[in-house]
Amino acid sequence: MSSPELGEVILDLKDLRVWFPIRRGLIETITGRPRLYVRAVDGVSFEIRRRETFCLVGESGCGKTTTGKALLRLVPITGGSARFRPSKEVAEELERRGVEFDEDGMVDIFKLTDKQFHPLRRDIQMVYQDPYGSLNPRFRVRDILEEPLIVHKIGETRSERLEYIARALEMVKLTPVSEFVDRYPHQLSGGQRQRVAIARAIIMNPVLVVADEPVSMLDVSIRAEILELFNILKERIGLSFIYITHDLSTARYVCNRIAVMYLGRIVELGPADDVIQDPQHPYTEALVAAIPEPDPRNRARMRDIKIKGEVPSPVNIPPGCRFHPRCVLYEAALKRGEPWAKLCTQAEPPLVEVKKGHYAACYKHEAARPKGFTG
Amino acid sequence: MPLLEVRDLRTYYYTMRGVVRAVDGVSFTLEKGETLGIAGESGCGKSTLAWSLLKLVPPPGRIVGGSILVDGMDVTKMSEHEVRSKIRWRKISMIFQGAMNAFNPVIKVGDQVIEPLLLHTDMDREEAWARAEEMVKHVGLPPEILERYPHELSGGQKQRLVIAMALLLEPDIVIADEPTTALDVVIQAQILNLMKRLYREKGMSIILITHDLSVIAELAERVAIMYAGKIVELGPAEAVFENPLHPYTQALLKAVPRLRGPKERLYYIPGAPPDLRNPPRGCRFNPRCERRFEPCDREEPPLVEAEKGHYVACWLYARR
Repeated sequence: MSSPELGEVILDLKDLRVWFPIRRGLIETITGRPRLYVRAVDGVSFEIRRRETFCLVGESGCGKTTTGKALLRLVPITGGSARFRPSKEVAEELERRGVEFDEDGMVDIFKLTDKQFHPLRRDIQMVYQDPYGSLNPRFRVRDILEEPLIVHKIGETRSERLEYIARALEMVKLTPVSEFVDRYPHQLSGGQRQRVAIARAIIMNPVLVVADEPVSMLDVSIRAEILELFNILKERIGLSFIYITHDLSTARYVCNRIAVMYLGRIVELGPADDVIQDPQHPYTEALVAAIPEPDPRNRARMRDIKIKGEVPSPVNIPPGCRFHPRCVLYEAALKRGEPWAKLCTQAEPPLVEVKKGHYAACYKHEAARPKGFTG
Repeated sequence: MPLLEVRDLRTYYYTMRGVVRAVDGVSFTLEKGETLGIAGESGCGKSTLAWSLLKLVPPPGRIVGGSILVDGMDVTKMSEHEVRSKIRWRKISMIFQGAMNAFNPVIKVGDQVIEPLLLHTDMDREEAWARAEEMVKHVGLPPEILERYPHELSGGQKQRLVIAMALLLEPDIVIADEPTTALDVVIQAQILNLMKRLYREKGMSIILITHDLSVIAELAERVAIMYAGKIVELGPAEAVFENPLHPYTQALLKAVPRLRGPKERLYYIPGAPPDLRNPPRGCRFNPRCERRFEPCDREEPPLVEAEKGHYVACWLYARR
């Protein structure tokens, strides 16, 4: 499904942190209770290439949506950098606004002022989960699609803009165009609405589209249609996607690479099929084992889910490896008296390459342990 | 005699813009100790069917035809008072979609869990609480949890409590409407394990309603596939999953993304389900069907037994 030739790196995210402060009451402020944070994203790094679909997978509360929003600067950024390669038109506009590029021709989108960032919104677009909530019910399809063109001053006249609109609708296969431009969202089915949302995202000819659970509200029978549309767009206009989902089985059909997130960090990252077939982190293993399949033979067996307890609060993140309190592997290693087990409670394991292009953050891999560690 | 027998059930919604035929001539039976899965996409009438079984259809909907026999009593003919005293919780209990979010945030969960016991039995609060503690242990939670408030519990814990509540009066039948839909996969797998265990231990009958064919496969012995208010295929799970007969079932199974095995191109069904105010003539699936032929858009196919115990409503299998 994936095209083999990916282009150059278009996004290089390093050590992204998004911490939300918890409000203190009056008494807590007076008594000097230290400020607490919800560490929604706590050190996430990855790269994306042109024509790549990169998948962020994880359970609710793992920080996958916040990571996506951070790339559009929709949440306050606590730390980290995001070097991005803008399209030619946007790069020219940025230069006019006095933005400096690094030697690779990329800009750090977290360092820009709001005013400088504005033209970049053309290049990074978002598709939301709920096609019922993300389209204005009082706008016709043409108004929904014209809005971004007006904001970014693309197309001089209305008829010129209508041409852009027609092209975008054709791209998402809402044809004949004349039948759809004057409809209101309530006159469309769920799948058609989501295609309008995608048309709105691609009408600006962006570089990167962040799709947050784009098919989870849709029926199974039409999900594939939307997923296939992503694949076609990727080939035809050289788009890159960040596909955010909780569902590993759909990820497999559209993604080149998968990153599994747990409690604000990437615990495993690798080629899509490899992550699913040969997971290298105990959390991924549990996640894969938990996914049901349409096979009636499963009725006879209980699912063996190798994970304990529930996700801790992102306010009190466990010390060391944040997964260790739920980790069956850690428990077993401790029982066997493995020397590396004590590392799990001491320091956060680094994300290291354990197979070609496949990274994991777990001390079960020797590469993750400190140099010269023998116990 | 089957535990539950539904015959030609029709539940319509009388809206300002016309009559919505949400359930339109559904028949099936449920034996003691059996799990029946009802699968279908949004708007196919599966939740309306569940509400009908407890006579809980919200207005402007009402049951307009057919019968629902429980122990020989017809639920459709009962008064509200009778359904309340004879059927709900005692004979049939229901795990509603999203019920875990319906707990009152300012009342301890324990007091909410024991409510059916106080209303439907002559137990006092102490006895009811003790009974609830027992049931809570059964679903894998510590009994102290009853003393907590809803916001102190996780989604998985609340869903376990809802299941415990449904089992309190030991009903013959439990209807579960999308019991795992809002939960994360790991919690979903734990809840499905719990339901498998309870089912084996208690020997009760379950009607499992969901859009997710993978969840159905985990639990159901027999499967019914609904489309546009009708059952289009009904049979043993093995037969429906491994040898689907109806073109809709075949297409639906091809559209399910799979985690393991070869990565074939995902299939989708062109078009959208029909407007139930004005369903297409003949077979309701015919405008989207690849194997449509001459009788399909004129006459409605009957549900016929194509193999032993495997029923299908399609002209490919019916004799005219």
